[in-house]
This record gives sequence, structure tokens and C-alpha cells, in this order.
Amino acid sequence: MCTIVPISLTVGANRIVPTIAIPHPLGNPNLDPVEEKALRRKLVEKALEALSTDVDGQEVFEAV
Amino acid sequence: MSKKKVVHYINQFFAGIGGEEKADHEPEVREGVVGPGIGINAALGDDAEIVATVICGDTYFNEHMEDAEAAVLEMIEKYDPDLFIAGPAFNAGRYGVAAGAVTKAVGEKLGIPAVTAMYVENPGADMFKADAYIVNTGDSAATMGEAIPALTSLALKLLKGEEIGTPDEDNYMARGVRVNYFADDRGSKRAVDMLVKKLKGEEYETEYPMPAFDRVDPNPPVEDMTKAKIALVTSGGIVPKGNPDRIESSSASKYGKYDISGFDKLSEADHETAHGGHDPVYANEDPNRVLPVDVLRDLEKEGAIGELHQYFYSTVGNGTAVASAKKYAEEFAKELVEAGVDAVITTST
Repeated sequence: MCTIVPISLTVGANRIVPTIAIPHPLGNPNLDPVEEKALRRKLVEKALEALSTDVDGQEVFEAV
Repeated sequence: MSKKKVVHYINQFFAGIGGEEKADHEPEVREGVVGPGIGINAALGDDAEIVATVICGDTYFNEHMEDAEAAVLEMIEKYDPDLFIAGPAFNAGRYGVAAGAVTKAVGEKLGIPAVTAMYVENPGADMFKADAYIVNTGDSAATMGEAIPALTSLALKLLKGEEIGTPDEDNYMARGVRVNYFADDRGSKRAVDMLVKKLKGEEYETEYPMPAFDRVDPNPPVEDMTKAKIALVTSGGIVPKGNPDRIESSSASKYGKYDISGFDKLSEADHETAHGGHDPVYANEDPNRVLPVDVLRDLEKEGAIGELHQYFYSTVGNGTAVASAKKYAEEFAKELVEAGVDAVITTST
């Protein structure tokens, strides 16, 4: 899970989930805590989905 | 005869605007030289001068790459420059990515000579060395004194349309371009000469360095997530409050292994970030924003995953050598396998 997807692609990560921002990849301080946690959950669920998916080489799984 | 016009690109830090807290600075352009442009301008001598400096925050550029690149390009184009220079970015990752991206875009879209400079391990180097001239620098701004002459030397050659030598001769990163030439000796003789040197234990130089293929085949997917043991690993530097192992904020020389068995979520009271490469305030306020323990605990309780592994592994990715990162991962990957972990979520900032 990373914010700068081109870097993850360059270093060869196989399953990549783009995240929100560099200082808060799995959060957004502009949201209220409940919404923020829901956002985080959505990203993590996408990561679990990526782990359960067969991939060829490299694949980016967009959550938001 | 008037001097050739150069436009220079730098980040918010070298422009003196600010550090991490200003990394979201939107693109702007200023007349003349700013920061390291002063030294570069002096080194350009009578041949050229920097007429404008484009400045952009590193985080802003990386989080809005398309828009930022377009905005920066428009600013550069207005000056109708003869040459473009970005950086030097040394080992600053976001800066290197921005400098590389803009240098490539200027070369392709404006069709003028363009050059940047950074340390070989900068992520921007691998990403852009095939598309842009990137001069080699040391890993920190402490080497600015050597970087400027190296950068301007290649820049002037490009400006004047002079023949560019090999990567070694002109100190830039190999772009994967193969140039044919007639050797004095035929191939068979050169091969035997090289073999004789090798047999004698003498130094020899390969004519074709093997590329470093660092690709890994993806592992097969997890079959049943409800039974899977998931572990968290991060380069975002999340550590117990007080950073007991003193993991460095940059160029980490170690990683930590931390127990989260008692935790339903992380909080400001018990954890913090050691990462020095971005504004730490959001990660310190709520460490779950980098290491999502809260959400994984919920998923564990709901049975969506089998188990959240009791240990997480953490280091700081900021400026940490690739070789070090590889070494740490090789070590703790063994522990993860022994602990029966089925899959790992790695988070980075």
C-alpha cells in the first residue's frame, strides 16, 4: 500500500494498492474520525482483495 | 552576443520556502536565480544564464503528478529557454521523482536540452535514467560543491550540441543506449585477452555489464482469507512511543519487531513515527494512518481474516539504502514464514 505508485512499479512490487497521501497513506485528517476509519477500512479491504487475486507480474488495485 | 537562456527547477526546501511543512507548495516561478541556482549560474559562466527558477513542493508534485507537470511545463515554456536544468536532488526521493519527470517532459515536449542530477539510489534515477540525462551526485547536499560542476559540465555540452561521451566519461547514469564503434582488435582477441586477465586474477572490465534484474514472481493468491494469518510490515517508521530501538529518521541502520497482541488499535499515547521524510504530525496523531491495526483487528474479530500476526516489522524508508532494505527483509521474512504467516500487507508513505 503506497502513495507514489510509480515508485512501487519501478521497484517491482507485484500487488499495489494506491493510498491517500504521503503523510497519511491510510487516513485523511480532513474527515471526521468515523469517515476516516471507513476510508481506511476500504483501503485495507482492497489490499486483502489484492492478496486473494492471482496476478501476472504487477497489478495496481485502486480502492478509491 | 547574448547569453543562452536557462530555466532551473528546484523544490521548496532549496528555494528557502520551508521544509516538510511546505512540501505541499504549489508550483511557482521566480525571475532569475534561487538557492543552488546561484552556484549553477556562476559555473555556466559566459555561455548561459538562468533567467527563471520554477519551484514546486515535493509532496505537491508527487501527489498531483499530471497537473503539476503541466503547470511547471507551462511556466518553463514562457521563457523560451535554450536549456533546462533540474536539481540536484541528491537522495531526496520525492525531489528526484519530480526532477526526473520534469526533465523528461521538457526534453520530449519542448525539445530543448534538459538535464538533472541525483544520487544513484534515488527512486527518480531508476524511473527516469532511460528518458533523461541524469548526472551522478553524492547522497546528500553536503556534496553540492562537486555536484554543480558535474551538472553544468554536461549541461553546457548539451547546450552547445557537443558530442556526449560515455556515461563514465561524462558522469551520467547509463541510459541503456548502445553505440556502435569499430574496435582496434577483433572480438575473439578481446574475449581471450579478458579471459587471460581473469585467469591471472588481474583486473578486467566487462564490455557488457549484465543488467540487474530485480523482479520477483508474484506468489499465488491466498485461497481462504478467513483462515489466513496476516502480518503488517511498514517502511513508514511506526514504532512504540519513545522509539526505544532508536531507529533513525533517515538512512535507517536497523528495523524493529514489535508486539501488538494487547492492542485493538494504535494511538498517540503508545506509538509514534520515526520517519523524517515527511511531516510526521498526522502519523503521530493517529499511527493507524500508517499501520492500520484498528481496521485489521475489526476484520479479525469479524472473521474476515483468520488472525492478525502478533508482531509487526518496521523501519524508516527515508533515504535508506536499497541494499539495507533488502537485507532487513530477507532476515525477517524468515521469521514471518516460520510463524506461519500467509500474507503480508506492507505500507509505505
